[in-house]
Amino acid sequence: MEHFLLQLFIFLIAATIAVPLARTCRLGSVLGYLIAGIVIGPFGLSLIAETEEIMHFTEFGVVMMLFLVGLELKPSLLWQMRTPILGIGGSQVFFSTVLITLIGILFIPWQQALAIGLTLALSSTAIVLQTLREKGLLNTGPGRSIFSVLLFQDLAVIPILAVLPLLAVAGVHGEAHHGAFFDLTALPGYARLLVVLVAIGFIYILGRYISRPLFRRIAATRMREIFVAAALALVIGISLLMIAVGLSPALGAFLAGVVLADSEYRHELESDIEPFKGLLLGIFFISIGASLNFTLIGEQIWLIEGIVLGLVAGKFAVLFLVSVVFKMPKAERWLFGIALCQGGEFAFVLFQFARVNGVLPQPLTETLISAVALSMFIAPLLFLVYERFIGPRISHAALSREHDHIDGHDHSVILAGFGKLGTDLGRFLISAGIKPVILDHNETSVELLRNFGFEVYYGDATRLDLLESAGAAEATLIIICLGEHEPARQLVTLVRKHYPHLKIAVAAEDRRAVYEFMDLGVVTMRRKTFDSALALGQDALQLLGYDRYEAYRLMRLFRKKDEDTLPELYRIFTEDRDSYISMYRQHNHELAELMVKDQQTDMDELDKAWAGGNPHE
Amino acid sequence: MNKILILFAHPAFKRSTINAALRDGIEGEDGITIHDLYGAYPDFFIDVDYEQRLCEAHDIIIFQHPFYWYSTPAILKEWLDLVLEHGWAYGSQGNALAGKYTLQAITAGGDGASYRTGGTNGHTIGELISPYRATASLCGMHWLPPFVVLGVHRGLPGVIVNGHVERYRQAIIALRDGRVNYQEAARHEYLNSNLKAIIREP
Ligand SMILES: Cc1cc2nc3c(=O)[nH]c(=O)nc-3n(C[C@H](O)[C@H](O)[C@H](O)COP(=O)(O)O)c2cc1C
Repeated sequence: MEHFLLQLFIFLIAATIAVPLARTCRLGSVLGYLIAGIVIGPFGLSLIAETEEIMHFTEFGVVMMLFLVGLELKPSLLWQMRTPILGIGGSQVFFSTVLITLIGILFIPWQQALAIGLTLALSSTAIVLQTLREKGLLNTGPGRSIFSVLLFQDLAVIPILAVLPLLAVAGVHGEAHHGAFFDLTALPGYARLLVVLVAIGFIYILGRYISRPLFRRIAATRMREIFVAAALALVIGISLLMIAVGLSPALGAFLAGVVLADSEYRHELESDIEPFKGLLLGIFFISIGASLNFTLIGEQIWLIEGIVLGLVAGKFAVLFLVSVVFKMPKAERWLFGIALCQGGEFAFVLFQFARVNGVLPQPLTETLISAVALSMFIAPLLFLVYERFIGPRISHAALSREHDHIDGHDHSVILAGFGKLGTDLGRFLISAGIKPVILDHNETSVELLRNFGFEVYYGDATRLDLLESAGAAEATLIIICLGEHEPARQLVTLVRKHYPHLKIAVAAEDRRAVYEFMDLGVVTMRRKTFDSALALGQDALQLLGYDRYEAYRLMRLFRKKDEDTLPELYRIFTEDRDSYISMYRQHNHELAELMVKDQQTDMDELDKAWAGGNPHE
Repeated sequence: MNKILILFAHPAFKRSTINAALRDGIEGEDGITIHDLYGAYPDFFIDVDYEQRLCEAHDIIIFQHPFYWYSTPAILKEWLDLVLEHGWAYGSQGNALAGKYTLQAITAGGDGASYRTGGTNGHTIGELISPYRATASLCGMHWLPPFVVLGVHRGLPGVIVNGHVERYRQAIIALRDGRVNYQEAARHEYLNSNLKAIIREP
């Protein structure tokens, strides 16, 4: 226990020191983690020893990440991406494998060369996705292409695992025990396929039909930690299922994410899983850094350097070619190539697997694993090079236009609270072509409104993490229509503090609430029932026989005057509360006089003025 | 029988004397639609489509309003701006109003003498309402001289008001029944300068 805590403590401290430092040097968090790993690893301060196990455990961060990525991809969008996934992804894996294998044949038997080719063709989902997200590139045109390739690679791991044992040249050394997460059971042919299909079908049914009533129940308890537990259980459970049937758990989690992307619990799930993912991935990166074997690298410096350079250059060339063949816009080709030219974490598992199956000899795998780790270390540096030198030459507009095109659900408005007022407001905005991210905390009404076709998400808008996953950082405007004043006030405070760029519009309970919002610096707010009260008043005047135009004008006059006096009353309210009531009454009195006066224009005098034959009389 | 559309514009109908009386005189007559613009659109949000259908369904369009600042109450300007769309009222494709007749029914505080060159108002009614005449011409409509009630004020004796009401009614009914001699009417300054001369008895 103590040992575990100590290890954890070292990891956490390393992360808390290294990541902010890397950030200030604008290196990105991934590089920060890797460096932290080197520092605390056996070749640095030697604070940690056993990294392999930690690496295995924290690999789970990748699974969570793919779950989160899936959550942001609706099935319809995924379907739209089928061509890039199969086309771009397929040709990248195919041609990279061919190229690396051909080079390999020059030195080693073709079976070994092919095994290495297949393994090195894969890139690092963890590093690339994390970096793209951090730089806000995931939803751009090239971001989508890159993601497509990564997704295909994830799929490709399954057949690769099946093929590797067939390439064995030597006898098998011992039991074929391989990476916990990329296992395949040894079922024969179609039976395996059947099991796989059943498992995927189960994920679908789970996401579509079982999870919602379940989550609703859990949400009704209003106990956050239970929801977190359920979310974690979901991801872990799916991973276990996938391992059992021999599929990549990352893929399973991704599928589950996609199925749940339409669900109202999407943002809640996102914000619950996010911190775990972040931590696990961080530790995963640290352990990669720590696992760099510098003795080995030192001994074979030229060989490893050659492999790394060859790998990066070769993959880049293939990627660039693929991008040309698939007619990706010129502006995107560089990013596409640079993002995917490193080796990936799959390689650790696959090389291990190949060694155990007698495909690759032990020393060779060690060398290759070091090379892959180094290439992963270089990856964030390459991103940096792209940002400094290549990116600036490419107009950002070229990237973002693509973004609008592909990503239709580019929410820039958050609507917090979807009660009676929020519903009408939402209908209005949606009709006007604005699609807000709608958050509501009432699980029954969320369900009901979903049935009416509103895209509402379950969640407590006054929670910072939920705001974050609803996109507060990128949004332009938040409209607050919560049912009660206190949470609305909290939300305003939260938004002003954490998202100062975000414009705020609030539905205020009453006059007092308005004053409080003014205290908080809000400028755009409406009293909830004020306008309907006046509209009804206008109707009343009409029913009493007033001209419609006159009734309308009186209503407008009242509204205008009432709004005009608000700042003055606010001042008195804050400065001199004792005289507030008398001031309020005085204002009302003046208003009444004004409105009657408007009706009592002396018509006779007016007539005389015009009727007199001479206006100058 | 002609169908007549009266586009009625008075912002304070409750306080109107003469326009209210004129309107009462023709209310409920067959073939005459009275459309109160301020009543229908107190917020000036004019339903263009509805207005256009209304115009299409009538043969004679009359703008009845008090004379305000030598012109019309504001909503009529808004009405013209929005309803007379290009491609509907004018332009190579716009002929929805072509061939229809149009005139104004105006009440004004100033008397006849003031609306003369050299009079206190400096211009004749005809000059002042020339935008409507030009509008009618652009839309291919036949313009008729205005029905005018001048020197209006609250103290006007009942008999005089009744006289105006009666003549307005006569004119409208005659227009409806096709008993107005348009050529003759066009020669007069006002439609009601000499009603007898332009209306054929039934
Ligand atoms: C705002 C306003 C502007 C007016 N402008 C004129 C004008 O330019 N020339 C004129 O002769 N009378 C003018 N008048 C007098 C009106 O024409 C007169 O009051 C109206 O025709 C009376 O009709 P009613 O009883 O239906 O309101 C004006 C009156 C008002 C209230």
